[in-house]
Amino acid sequence: MESVNFDLAATPLREVNHYLHHQAPARAGQQVRIDNPNGAHAIAAGLNAPLDVVIEGHAGYYAAGMNQHATVTINGSAGTGVAENMMSGKVHVKGFASNAAGATAHGGLLLIDGDAGLRCAISLKGANVVVGGSVGSFSAFMAQAGNLVVLGDAGEALGDSLYEARIFVRGTVKSLGADCEEKPMGEAERAILADLLQQAGHADVDPASFKLYGSARTLYNFHVDNAGAY
Amino acid sequence: MTTTNTPAGQIPQTVPQFSSTFDAYTLSEIRRAAATGIYDIRGGGTKRKLPHFDDLLFLGASISRYPLEGYREKCGTDVVLGTRFAKKPIHLKIPVTIAGMSFGALSANAKEALGRGASIAGTSTTTGDGGMTPEERGQSQTLIYQYLPSRYGMNPDDLRKADAIEVVIGQGAKPGGGGMLLGQKISPRVAAMRCLPQGIDQRSACRHPDWTGPDDLEIKILELREITDWEKPIYVKVGATRPYYDVALAVKAGADVVVLDGMQGGTAATQEVFIEHVGIPILAAIRPAVQALQDLGMHRKVQLIVSGGIRNGADVAKALALGADAVAIGTAALVALGDNDPRHEEEYRKLGTTAGAYDDWHEGRDPAGITTQDPALAARLDPVQAGRRLANYLSVMTMEAQVIARACGKSHLHNLEPEDLTALTLEAAAMAQVPLAGTGWIPGKTF
Repeated sequence: MESVNFDLAATPLREVNHYLHHQAPARAGQQVRIDNPNGAHAIAAGLNAPLDVVIEGHAGYYAAGMNQHATVTINGSAGTGVAENMMSGKVHVKGFASNAAGATAHGGLLLIDGDAGLRCAISLKGANVVVGGSVGSFSAFMAQAGNLVVLGDAGEALGDSLYEARIFVRGTVKSLGADCEEKPMGEAERAILADLLQQAGHADVDPASFKLYGSARTLYNFHVDNAGAY
Repeated sequence: MTTTNTPAGQIPQTVPQFSSTFDAYTLSEIRRAAATGIYDIRGGGTKRKLPHFDDLLFLGASISRYPLEGYREKCGTDVVLGTRFAKKPIHLKIPVTIAGMSFGALSANAKEALGRGASIAGTSTTTGDGGMTPEERGQSQTLIYQYLPSRYGMNPDDLRKADAIEVVIGQGAKPGGGGMLLGQKISPRVAAMRCLPQGIDQRSACRHPDWTGPDDLEIKILELREITDWEKPIYVKVGATRPYYDVALAVKAGADVVVLDGMQGGTAATQEVFIEHVGIPILAAIRPAVQALQDLGMHRKVQLIVSGGIRNGADVAKALALGADAVAIGTAALVALGDNDPRHEEEYRKLGTTAGAYDDWHEGRDPAGITTQDPALAARLDPVQAGRRLANYLSVMTMEAQVIARACGKSHLHNLEPEDLTALTLEAAAMAQVPLAGTGWIPGKTF
């Protein structure tokens, strides 16, 4: 596979992203390696081609933000908003992810091997997020569609004000948010979970070890008797 | 008169006296709240009387100033927005733009009409909560894409199709609040665009999900620039509450343009109590905003668009004289399309209201076909004719502003200045920081 290397210690971020937006798509399938990210923000944001991008180190805010089609691997940790509003493709964080990982993501797959911070998958709109470790409080807040899989534990107020997204948690949940409840896992949900575990490299993990959480749908239309829940 | 004529020998009766505090509207609202258990939700902007541009007057030229000849001497109206960082700033023929209004709140025909009218007039339109529609992009020569807390319908393809990006942090009708699109207005298309089921009340978030403060905003703007190759101007829109600090922080975060929306600005639907009791009038917000820009050495470098109850060319001229670079209109544009038109009076009455007061836009039963998703109602609005009306209105506003500017001796609308203004009331003098008429006194500034 053809490979192109950039060193962010020597090359400005603008130049790297410009290459990824304009030159690299013509050579779809090539691998682009980015060395010395050193926590820079918006690395590989706005990709729109089936590229294979590897970031060798820690990324700052919004790494691979709004990704379309590309596979982005971060061999390190990621700052706030990794893969935010992703539309398609795959983003893999080998380390930890900070707050709002996968926020508002519409499609694609976000894998986080370590823990994720607060508000993971907040306002999720259809993407799949698999976290190998634990997630912080208010994860999947107002999540509308898609799936959040947590192999570790979840913090407080999981799924607060949840819409139609599914949340699978293997460990403990500190507390559930408003309108979020445990639901029986049917065959359809079990199949979704098994597929995501397989895609995330956790095929050996038993789907039966997870609990499913979803919306109770009691807050979908305002009623005065529910006012205390808001 | 507090007594009636009374026959001899009888004790005079006191006539019924209504409370100023508990007026008829207040009483009806208390009864409505008691019956339903929910606050009133409505569209539009504040209806209470507020200090506004009407409280300012222009000082036309006489001996000490030299006027320009109407219709003979040129008075420029164009404006360039986004000159700070963007590779492709926006050049508009007139300094009146169309404010963000969502597809969902408005029908597709209404959005199309806004695009048609604005394009004829040489100005821009703005998307709203819910995303960009092909109809809107197709008809709007210059289209601003709103990047909202809800991120409904948000996708990078539309970011790239836009001519500028407006990061919405708040709006004048409800600073600090989110939106509410009630379930009855959620058509299959609207539901699909927003990734939500049909029939449920859709809440638009009050804050962005992936940043929490001005330092984060700076990084968010960097991301948007990187994704769009630094081509498009980045606007930041705030509701008017603490304009000095909010404008300063928007500039610090890297905004190319700041949009400042006063409390007269409209909304598709929110709580009545919010509309009437949160935020400050645009008259009070412009000067602190301009002061912030001047203190940072960024006035005219970061452009300022102001909105909130702009109605005519005098309002435009006054806003520009106070230091704005352009204005945005929402409610007035809808009226130009045909909103609240008396020809629908019979139907307004069936809805329990009257032309000019209809504001239950969230119910989706708008007889004018503008604030609805009902296909039969929406079909009533001819987007070509309505667009033409909007273009006419924009043209009139611009000519009115030019008439005033020429009278003040200005060869461009942007040459208007606070020195061209005087205030009719103490409140306006203090808020706009121009002298009370007939004096040199600016409350808080001069003695």
